[in-house]
Amino acid sequence: MKIFIKFDFTRICTKVIDEKLMELGIKYRMLNFGEIEFLEEVPADKLEAFDAILKEYGVEKIENQKVILVQKIKDTIIDMVLNANDNINVKSSVYLSEKLGHSYGYLSNVFSEVTYTSVENFIILQRIEHAKSLMINTDLSLTEIAYRLQYSSVAHLSTQFKNTTGITPTTFQRIITKRRELNTNKT
Amino acid sequence: MREDYTYVVLADDDEDDRLFFTEAFEELKMKTKVDIYKDGVDLMNALNQSDSVLPNILFLDLNMPMKSGLECLKEIKDNQRFKDIAIAIYSTSASEEDIEDTFVNGANIYIKKPNNFNNLKKILSDVVTMNWQYHTSGLNKDNFLLRL
Repeated sequence: MKIFIKFDFTRICTKVIDEKLMELGIKYRMLNFGEIEFLEEVPADKLEAFDAILKEYGVEKIENQKVILVQKIKDTIIDMVLNANDNINVKSSVYLSEKLGHSYGYLSNVFSEVTYTSVENFIILQRIEHAKSLMINTDLSLTEIAYRLQYSSVAHLSTQFKNTTGITPTTFQRIITKRRELNTNKT
Repeated sequence: MREDYTYVVLADDDEDDRLFFTEAFEELKMKTKVDIYKDGVDLMNALNQSDSVLPNILFLDLNMPMKSGLECLKEIKDNQRFKDIAIAIYSTSASEEDIEDTFVNGANIYIKKPNNFNNLKKILSDVVTMNWQYHTSGLNKDNFLLRL
């Protein structure tokens, strides 16, 4: 005996996802088909269980793992630069691979692939940006700033500043001061 | 989210410089869209259209007839609508006075026009990369000063 059936794919998929999410006790909302919004923070183990269950049905979560990892690397670096004092003498490569649980080689490859720049350059840029904001927003001297950001000397900071921005820290400060005066006079 | 390419505009009255500039971008492996204006008046007319698409980076030659790069820069900085445009001065001059003056007036980048094509490519690539960093990593654009 043969019978013929007709599938409604959307309905089948929706129903599977619906049931599985209910089983896991995850509150969610189905947006357009293929997009699900979780209504509350979902713990990582539940998310993994969800991924595993869906795989059986040939459903896979779409995400660009690399982009997510790059964001994590950036966040970790920014955190590291802002709290430089707490991480005395920790090499950034060691710090990153410990925090993120991947080898530094892997992290730096993914980073370069996605951002067109290297982890080292990104760290330098972040440190220089942090130095800039300290120069502008605090009364700290360049020596103190260099010390805070864990540069071995003011000369080291100045050189890296010049290499990154093309101008010296002193010129930078003068330009920003003049710019502020100009803008105050305008208003 | 913005589109994943960088929209670049150049205003320069020198035909050769305009040509080098577009060719350099064509050879770079970055996603960019480039528009060119031949002087400051044309540029400002285009920008001032209320429905104009604003560039991510605007390259301004300093010495242009009718309206100079510095005049364009001042007009742009006085208009809130243009506040997100990164301004790159693109000039044959490397006088410290020009450099500091344009930075003070709000330019983000100062480029001395290089005399060979490979240098130009390198510089433009650096500019786009740095600008991208400021965009995607939440850096303070007021502190964006770069001299190449």
